[in-house]
Amino acid sequence: LTDLTAMTLAEARDGLRARRFSARELTEAHLQAIERAKALNAFVATTPERALEMASASDARLTAGTAGPLEGLPIGIKDLYATEGVHTQACSHILSGFRPTYESSVTANLWRDGAVMLGKLNMDEFAMGSSNETSCYGPVASPWLPPNWSPAQARAAAMSDKRGLLAPGGSSGGSAAAVAARLCLAATATDTGGSIRQPAAFTGTAGIKPTYGRCSRWGMVAFASSLDQAGPLARDVRDCAIMLRSMAGYDAKDSTCVDRPVPDYEAAIGASVKGLTIGMPREYRLEGMNPEIETLWRRGADWLRAAGAKIVDVSLPNTRHALPAYYIVAPAEASSNLARYDGVRYGLREAGADIVALYENTRAKGFGAEVRRRLMIGTYVLSAGYYDAYYVRAQKIRTLIKRDFEIAFANGVDAMLTPATPSAAFAIGEKGSADPVEMYLNDVFTVTVNMAGLPGLVAAAGKSAEGLPLGLQLIGRPFEEETLFSLGHAIEEAAGRAPFPEAWWG
Amino acid sequence: MPVDTATVRRIAHLARIAISDAEAPALQGELNAILDFVEALGAVDVAGVEAMTSVIPMKLPMREDVVTDGGLAPQILANAPLTEDGFFLVPKVIE
Repeated sequence: LTDLTAMTLAEARDGLRARRFSARELTEAHLQAIERAKALNAFVATTPERALEMASASDARLTAGTAGPLEGLPIGIKDLYATEGVHTQACSHILSGFRPTYESSVTANLWRDGAVMLGKLNMDEFAMGSSNETSCYGPVASPWLPPNWSPAQARAAAMSDKRGLLAPGGSSGGSAAAVAARLCLAATATDTGGSIRQPAAFTGTAGIKPTYGRCSRWGMVAFASSLDQAGPLARDVRDCAIMLRSMAGYDAKDSTCVDRPVPDYEAAIGASVKGLTIGMPREYRLEGMNPEIETLWRRGADWLRAAGAKIVDVSLPNTRHALPAYYIVAPAEASSNLARYDGVRYGLREAGADIVALYENTRAKGFGAEVRRRLMIGTYVLSAGYYDAYYVRAQKIRTLIKRDFEIAFANGVDAMLTPATPSAAFAIGEKGSADPVEMYLNDVFTVTVNMAGLPGLVAAAGKSAEGLPLGLQLIGRPFEEETLFSLGHAIEEAAGRAPFPEAWWG
Repeated sequence: MPVDTATVRRIAHLARIAISDAEAPALQGELNAILDFVEALGAVDVAGVEAMTSVIPMKLPMREDVVTDGGLAPQILANAPLTEDGFFLVPKVIE
């Protein structure tokens, strides 16, 4: 029997349908892989009994001929999604012991379509971070070996504090690491400023943040409601298309969820990109840019040109304001959303002499340093006297950022091609300890997409000179995810499929 | 405009996060680093620009004004750290 964890989601689906193996065998293989990979710290909770139960039910449906689109496929769920009766903490101490009495709409859609839940995936606390280091469960190790490290050296580091190992990115670091390490066939993730796309780039996986409103946010732990969007992380672009079709769809419980049909995204895989006009936004060429990233970007344009697309120079003049404006809008919304953690209704409670002391002690103990920092910034920019100068101004700048894209699209651009990250993966413990802004700069290419509500996809596009994965980003018109799937697949094909790293972790 | 330690303490209280005197200076430095980073936005010309309220233009959905759920008290209390007789328990708030 071949290694059941080495397939893509599409291959596993086809194998199940052809009855080459059972959903139970497939699930068992992944549960064993998770068990062996504990040192990576990708999963924070596993649900083996539920997984095997779901797999058996899938096998029955496969036999009965009533299989759903994801029947019997084992996947991981980011800890941000509420899963009924199962550990859900957004990797924050303040939600210690929280077991929702309800299921998020996106995960409910996945179970409806037959997927099997393996467990919950590590992430930055409340999705605030770009390296998975703010998790109350500790950092996740990327399965990619740091340059010139031996497997034994990496194993030793993974068993201790993980410093020096590569970060899988964040906030969806557990999702990206688990997919790249073949612990699950695909994973759910979420993206507020780059939390799907940056980890995809760092781990050689594929990820898409769909258009705002494409997926329901109901049952997702809220960070910044006007920016948050659910999406998949998977081994390749096709697998993302398969996942998104099941995740997306109208939900009356989220008033920002859009009521429009969900296309068969997989049909866009392999569709010709001939005649598409691809914009290269000149403002993404930053001063002091890593030459390797610039070369990759140019190579990506060459690949799409060779596939018949037309490459044009475009201008998005407000690009440089996106990241600072994001660090006003996102913390402001977070300070409002996270006001609900009060030590009274759920999660952690730290006693206090009066109700205010109870709140203050609970929140001081329950939130990690990065979350506390952002809540304080958010509180400040919304406070009397500063609201107009900071918050309203940032929302106006958001209008300008979106307008830049609208003008380019109106001029005939079908999608944009940009770098995904300023560099390949950095090491755990390397960034942001002295200055929080150093970490924020990771999202410089991805954050504009959330600010404008657009779909953004990252596909693996090759390796750095040191042998680490690099990704390219495609930005599309609202609700034109299919164009991104076609283009992303074309990039993947041109770059050539690189194997995921050998299991050094156990 | 940079914040001083008194402002840091005021913000922390508004955010309902207890901070010690020892933590205030470090937080002040971090908050000022972030504020310094966003300061450049002050120079952007936003005259006549509308503040964004909805990133994807859409009409808010309406529904009949009727009760759609209820009787969920056990579920709502299921994760509360302290409850009594079907209520959340909090320190005394009225003297």
